[in-house]
Amino acid sequence: MKDLYISSSPHIFSPQDTPWIMRHVIYALIPGALAGIYFFGIPAAKVLVIAILSCMVIEALWQKLLRKDFTLQDGSAALTGMLLAMNLPAGSPWWMVIVGSAVAILLGKQVYGGLGNNPFNPALVARVFLLVSFPVQMTTWPQPRSFFAEGADALTGATPLGALKSAIFEHGTITAAPQMSLMDPFLGNIGGSLGEISALALILGGVYLLARRIISWHIPFMYLGTVALITGIFWLVNPDTYANPAFHLIAGGLILGAFFMATDMVTSPITNSGKVIFAFGCGVITVVIRLWGGYPEGVAFSILIMNALVPIINKYTRPEKFGVVK
Amino acid sequence: MKTFKGGIHPPDMKELVNRVPIVDMPLSAVFTVYVQQHLGAPAKPIVEAGQKVKKGQLLSEPMGFVSVPVHAPTSGTVKAVTKQVHPVTGLLAPCIAIESDGHDEWVQGIPRQQDPFTMSKDALLASIRDCGLVGMGGATFPTHVKLSPPKDKVIDTFIVNGAECEPYLAADHRLMLEDPERILDGIRIALRILDLPHAVFAIEGNKPDAIALMKSKATPEIQVEELKVKYPQGAEKQLIQAITGREVPSGGLPMDVGAIVQNAGTCAAIADACLRGVPLIERITSVTGRGIRTPKNIRVRIGTPLREIIEFCGGLQDPAKVIFGGPMMGIAQYSDQISVMKGTSGILVLTGEDTNISSYAACISCGRCVEACPMGLIPSVLSKMGEKNQWEKAGQFHLLDCVECGSCTYVCPSKRPIVHFIKHLKALQRAASAKSKGA
Repeated sequence: MKDLYISSSPHIFSPQDTPWIMRHVIYALIPGALAGIYFFGIPAAKVLVIAILSCMVIEALWQKLLRKDFTLQDGSAALTGMLLAMNLPAGSPWWMVIVGSAVAILLGKQVYGGLGNNPFNPALVARVFLLVSFPVQMTTWPQPRSFFAEGADALTGATPLGALKSAIFEHGTITAAPQMSLMDPFLGNIGGSLGEISALALILGGVYLLARRIISWHIPFMYLGTVALITGIFWLVNPDTYANPAFHLIAGGLILGAFFMATDMVTSPITNSGKVIFAFGCGVITVVIRLWGGYPEGVAFSILIMNALVPIINKYTRPEKFGVVK
Repeated sequence: MKTFKGGIHPPDMKELVNRVPIVDMPLSAVFTVYVQQHLGAPAKPIVEAGQKVKKGQLLSEPMGFVSVPVHAPTSGTVKAVTKQVHPVTGLLAPCIAIESDGHDEWVQGIPRQQDPFTMSKDALLASIRDCGLVGMGGATFPTHVKLSPPKDKVIDTFIVNGAECEPYLAADHRLMLEDPERILDGIRIALRILDLPHAVFAIEGNKPDAIALMKSKATPEIQVEELKVKYPQGAEKQLIQAITGREVPSGGLPMDVGAIVQNAGTCAAIADACLRGVPLIERITSVTGRGIRTPKNIRVRIGTPLREIIEFCGGLQDPAKVIFGGPMMGIAQYSDQISVMKGTSGILVLTGEDTNISSYAACISCGRCVEACPMGLIPSVLSKMGEKNQWEKAGQFHLLDCVECGSCTYVCPSKRPIVHFIKHLKALQRAASAKSKGA
């Protein structure tokens, strides 16, 4: 018997490998990306294409330069590009998208040794880097219009959360903010990052990830639940100063963050109890920033801060070992 | 339905052989019987080249309590006491080569009629030991030792393991369908030895025909229990947890929670040993996988060369791995100069499509291994420590509690050979503790 392979057991493996997971997360993001293209038009599509391609090219160049194995086939660079694009304003200039891609791939991932070793979500590292480096471009929000609408340049304006923040700053009450129906953020007819606007499309993708068992319910449900609970309490106490929880759930980046960013396997805790603690922390920090912080939105910061706490969460949430004598 | 925490659901692939009746493997011209076929102290060969032997004759003598003899699988002449690659260790190991005389004659006194229900317990245990019985699920621990719990241990549960949770394998399944009475006889004898009123016969739900048949044949003291289909349902600790709800303590034995488990095939061998004095010289094994032309369940003598079995099953097609045992815990073989042992529950030939022969990537901390681990460990962390030879640190992550069931490695999306790393760490730990004892 020649040419037999020898290895330790087991000898069979689940077909759900890393490329499979990344591919299905990308599938799950497609409805949200399409909603962005529908409401913001060609510029949104450009940002998506530039980010995905730049992330892939930059990763390959880096690995070529350092004579490392190519890892494009694992799909993580493409996914990072897609997530980054969905976290940017649809009108982002092309050079800024490329800078963001380089930050995500190099500072967010490769400097730590590549996929699996990065402590922070690469796309969020890039988003925050761009936000502090290019604050004007990163807060210039094109307003939604139908893809088929006639007309020249898109108008820009505030996001719903931004409008809320301004109203509080200027008038001390949210009643001064323009009234909106919850249907607009549910469908995506609002200003915001190109991939965060349509709660409906993102929930579709999230349900797909849950059904495929790529993510478990712990992070998204706990994250959303914590935000809903705390904002709900404040809204009940003082609805003039605090927006209602439904608005907080769907009017910003929370759905995108809860289903697609906080659930990043590499940068979230390994056990289910750890995930619950992690998501609770994300929820609390998001609410603190939104209600009392300087920024209107806190999803990206909260996830990054909790990313930093993952090692310590892992340490204190080890699974219960079989056969411990009680 | 009863089950345990964790586990996985690999495709069971049993349809290749689970409807194929057992056939007798023709006698070989030359058998090679390994002297060491059990877990425990070695046995010493007591025959020499040129000596005539009869079927069932002792070939080796056990050395110590946790040891069992081996017997001649047929009548003939001892060709040599030689060495051959051992399917479990992969090293050259002593074996006794017997040239068949074609008569297949029993040694005097076997088979004989015995009434196990009038014999003393000690006499029954002696029969079981003298007949060379070991756990036939693959672990090969001497059966008489398992059936002799120390006096201070109160045993209240006897479980018969008919789970056969390894994918592909159907040897126990066929045995249950084709020879139920032998298994039931063995169970009743074991109950007598253990002084217990009843036994639980646990069978995975993917064998409804065996469950129905056993329920119809079982006498009231034998309770047939259906188990949820999940790997590793047949692992001893997980089976005990499923049936009794008790967890065998870390570092402990089943008897610490009052349980004793015997495999269904072992129970059939207990019946042979105690009713007829027949030693363990043959077993049922599944020869299966897409790499073998005609998958079969064979009744095969211990010591039958692998090459002849492959030929008998139509030969190989695109083989990538030849495995003794199942795909989850079986051992990949590099030589065909090996022969069937008492613990060979299956001979599995996988094609390149069935098995992963590519490289692995970094851990992405997905936690799937943690969910799958039936022992409540963090396999991903152990695998990273394995890469760095950190066996001391791995001890804090309960390295020695790993039962090597392979669930973590099956689900790993980065294809990390986690069990391999864990075995490596255990070997480092063993070497270090041997060194410190020697010093």
